[in-house]
Amino acid sequence: MNYTDTELMVVKAAQKLQDGDSVLVGVGVPNLAANLAKRTHAPELRMIYESGTIDSNPSSLPLSIGDPVLAAGAASIESLHGGFNYYLQSGRIDAGFLGGAQIDRYGNINSTVIGDYDDPDVRLPGSGGACEIASNVEKTIITTTHQRQRFPEEVDFITSPGFIDGEGGRERHGLREGGPVAVITDMAVMGFRDEEMVVESIHPGVEREDVHEATGWDIEFANDVSETEPPTENELRLLREELDPDGIYL
Amino acid sequence: MSKVKSMEQAISTAVSDGDCIYLAGFTHLIPFAASHEIIRQGYTNLEVARATPDLVYDQMIAAGCVDKVTFSWAGNPGVGSLHAFRRAVEEDVPNPIELEEYTHFGMTMRLYAGAVDLPFVPVKTFAGSDLPAENDNIRPVQSPFGNEELYAVPPLHPDVAVVRGQRADENGNVHLWGIPGEHKEAALASDTVVLSVEETVDESVIRSDPNRTLVTADDIDHVVEEPYGSHPSYAQGYYDRDNEAYLNWDEESRTHEDTQEWLDEWVYGVADRDEYIRKLSSDRLLDLQTGNAHSTTINMGES
Repeated sequence: MNYTDTELMVVKAAQKLQDGDSVLVGVGVPNLAANLAKRTHAPELRMIYESGTIDSNPSSLPLSIGDPVLAAGAASIESLHGGFNYYLQSGRIDAGFLGGAQIDRYGNINSTVIGDYDDPDVRLPGSGGACEIASNVEKTIITTTHQRQRFPEEVDFITSPGFIDGEGGRERHGLREGGPVAVITDMAVMGFRDEEMVVESIHPGVEREDVHEATGWDIEFANDVSETEPPTENELRLLREELDPDGIYL
Repeated sequence: MSKVKSMEQAISTAVSDGDCIYLAGFTHLIPFAASHEIIRQGYTNLEVARATPDLVYDQMIAAGCVDKVTFSWAGNPGVGSLHAFRRAVEEDVPNPIELEEYTHFGMTMRLYAGAVDLPFVPVKTFAGSDLPAENDNIRPVQSPFGNEELYAVPPLHPDVAVVRGQRADENGNVHLWGIPGEHKEAALASDTVVLSVEETVDESVIRSDPNRTLVTADDIDHVVEEPYGSHPSYAQGYYDRDNEAYLNWDEESRTHEDTQEWLDEWVYGVADRDEYIRKLSSDRLLDLQTGNAHSTTINMGES
């Protein structure tokens, strides 16, 4: 069965979630991934959104993180202050999804500026809740397209810390344990070894050299690097027929 | 005593040039009727604070009302960039704006510190990020009870907040349901508070369900009844978010001239929110109608 890059990314991101996890979800790929996980291997997944909705159960595809469908039928709704304080800062959330304009070898994410902060080439939206998500969840799952300018050796600006300057970086900077566990792109799935990004699987039809070329440093490949398992028919059916029937994100 | 007045009266009484204002609402219940009235009345040199500047501040920036933006996420939610915000930052059009940048949690805790009158609050965020290097209001602080180092943010005390709810009595005791965002903290942190609601109701309605009250009359200066006062944002149970308007703004704001055309038609070209709503097609308003999902009533008991 044919599938798109985005569909593969959604499926791989979903597989990083475990049943029973509390996950902080954003719209787009993360939302589809979390809802797919809940309909497959993780029925007890608890979806929490930045807007403060706790254990949301959206009846249709939310188009913003504060969509009314996330509020109706939720287990609880917190204020912005309550969600970030009681749930995120306290360490009650296991996983979070992030994207960004740049990601570096230590999993640091830039969503603030390209170029100089005071005289930016491109002004990006900024952190939102991304910095505190990266700081306080146990596992950060990053999804992005794989291009050389998106994967520089060092990001122009650290909006959201990964392992900062490498092994032991989080501890040195006073951050709690955790950090990025996966970077899922349209070319490969990366993990972290000794707190540095390594390629774990390469998508069907993509060559090792393509991944190397699209990455701004000499990225390491795991010894047992494999071909990424394609989505199953059931996963594709759920995505296309139930989760995003109008093809807004897929 | 009734505090009910028109949006025009409330804004002209509450806002002055150069004020720091906070229009509250995290995607839900964003006070667009108030921002349009601020634009119509032509205020300038405003510092506008909001976690998400959203279309509400993008339009004010395009109108030339804004000197400074204090924020944490400046995008068009679910769509992409805020073009007027970016033009001001990248090209100084229509005027340069100063930025003071936080994270959502940092912004929220600034308001919280303002609401409870603390000189600072510590937060578990910013460590390892480059944000503290660009913002002198994010400073390291040592725990007085151990060796832990955290970052702290100072209180935010806006001159004026505009907050919303679904319903309030004429004194300003207000009910909000759905996503509360930072409406409460914004109201409690600000000197002057304009409350805008979808409908005013008898005080007995509010007192029948006190757990649903967001803030009480004591903290509200002006009450404005403004149906559809949040369009194109939404009011839970009243009307849905107009996602098409968010998508359209992406096109309507591509150049500074485009934004002026839009403002001419939808802000300067109408007298008030009522005229704005009449200008929207009835099909569009029908599309935004919500279905019904009533909560189960509770029993407060009677003694």
